[in-house]
Amino acid sequence: MIQFEAVHKRFPNGTTAVHDLTLEMPEGGVTVLVGSSGCGKTTTLRMINRMVEPTSGTIRVGGKDVLAQDAAELRRSIGYVIQQAGLFPHRTVLDNIATVPLLLGWGRRRARARAAELLETVGLAADTGKRFPHQLSGGQQQRVGVARALAADPPVLLMDEPFGAVDPVVRTQLQDELLRLQKELSKTIVFVTHDIDEAVRLGDRIAIFRTGGHLVQCAPPAELLASPADDFVTDFLGSERELKLLSLTSLKDVPQTRATPLRADEPVSAVSGDGGRWRLVTSAAGRPLGWLDTDALPATGTAGEAPLTPARALRDTDSLLSALNETIASPSGCVARVDADGAVTGVTAREEIHARAAAAHAAAGAGAARTADATRTAHAESPSFATTATPTERPA
Amino acid sequence: MTIDWSWIGDHTDDLTTLSVSHLQAALSAVFLGLLISLPLAVIAHRIRPLRGFLLGLSNVLFTIPSIAIFVLLLPVSGLTRTTTVIGLTIYTLVVLLRNTVEGLDSVPAKTKEAAKAMGTRPLRTLLTVELPLALPVIMAGVRIATVMSISLVSVATYIGDGGLGQLFTDGFQRNFPTPVIAGVVLTLLLALVADALLVALQYVLTPWTRKRGA
Repeated sequence: MIQFEAVHKRFPNGTTAVHDLTLEMPEGGVTVLVGSSGCGKTTTLRMINRMVEPTSGTIRVGGKDVLAQDAAELRRSIGYVIQQAGLFPHRTVLDNIATVPLLLGWGRRRARARAAELLETVGLAADTGKRFPHQLSGGQQQRVGVARALAADPPVLLMDEPFGAVDPVVRTQLQDELLRLQKELSKTIVFVTHDIDEAVRLGDRIAIFRTGGHLVQCAPPAELLASPADDFVTDFLGSERELKLLSLTSLKDVPQTRATPLRADEPVSAVSGDGGRWRLVTSAAGRPLGWLDTDALPATGTAGEAPLTPARALRDTDSLLSALNETIASPSGCVARVDADGAVTGVTAREEIHARAAAAHAAAGAGAARTADATRTAHAESPSFATTATPTERPA
Repeated sequence: MTIDWSWIGDHTDDLTTLSVSHLQAALSAVFLGLLISLPLAVIAHRIRPLRGFLLGLSNVLFTIPSIAIFVLLLPVSGLTRTTTVIGLTIYTLVVLLRNTVEGLDSVPAKTKEAAKAMGTRPLRTLLTVELPLALPVIMAGVRIATVMSISLVSVATYIGDGGLGQLFTDGFQRNFPTPVIAGVVLTLLLALVADALLVALQYVLTPWTRKRGA
């Protein structure tokens, strides 16, 4: 666990980067620090490994005051992923990853072996190890950056806008990988970004900062989206706040009705309009191929040969947001549901998904209101504004 | 102007000795120059106010005529190889110091920052990150300093040293061009070979600057 207690940072030029910050970042969880540039989020992150020294206040990592430790040794015990990877251009990928183990005196052989192991963990081919950073793509470099941070197996990982410099497709991949890794490793991660969507995707808790280094709100994503603390947070979350909330709810509990799909090899002459105007067509293996318009059937051929409107099938792990999106695209007003193998299990109507979306929103709102009450009580007892950040951890 | 090949044939041992002596003087100067430049460059790189002073000083030293330097050194080290090497070393500083400072400046702030954030202490960062990354620029300086020193050794003929330069005085005094031509050709050869070896050395030392992997 990382604890900030009344931490201030004023730079020599007089600007206050962090103002009276009291915040707890729970063990084994991802805490995302968000805010526009100059809000103190990066300074907050860098104070944890003493790349920046606080002006006043206390920061503890695992219960130990960071200022009481040797700075270099402290940094070796904390993984750090830097913007645009920040790899050493003169060292091979393997030697880059082995940096901290070598500093810890592991010996070259053991450090290299560990580095090779991590290469695989972050999804890079073994022969990448012999290359130099400039020979890799941006996304690969970023993976090496993550591997380097993980090399000595530190309990804490600091990530400073690590995926800011890669294109959106690669960014999504890297985010998925990070979530997968975190499931296995359960590190205490502090992640800085200015992208609220990234924050919602990755964060167990999101801390929103306002210019001048003020922490405005710190809450789990659902609570934050359902009940922003003030206008600043509302603006920051954007006009699609409710949709973002739906991205957090999966389709697992949304009921489906039995579908009567057409097999691709059935002749169109046998198709009647009795099952509604739009019929789902599946492959022999039961995978959805698309929607068939029974009002515009061709004279001959099979269902698979007829013109189909594409259907994006949804798994139980997909979000309500994806389902909502598909109800807009689907001509039938239904979304096709599939199992883990991609075979059709049923359909869910647009009305059902809308109703579930509204219910999910209401539930999140109600949950947020309960914690908000607790916050007001805690707030009244403590003069520190930042206590709103950790309402659940504070004794009421 | 013809070359007396028989003279050359008769003097191969002398030519070899002079070449070795010539090269030794030049390389000693470059080596000493590097030894002095490295710490000074680190100081100039880290302490901004001293940078202008140190670089300015190396420029001023470069403008002192070589004969003047030798004359000034005579009371200290006399008519010896030491005087030659000290004089040449002073001249190498102008390139070596400037290039080493520029080399250190060229190391990306982000890379130094990464080293610090991984828990590397300053001295280790200097030795294992900053100097290796500054190497291409430093080596460019070493190449210039080496070629420059090889061509300058001849000047030390004034104080009875000068390696291949002695061939020039010999040739002029006897109005006999063969030693002069041999001296010029050998000086050129030494410079070319030394430069080629330095290029090869840099290639070996900086695998990351090559297009393809090691």
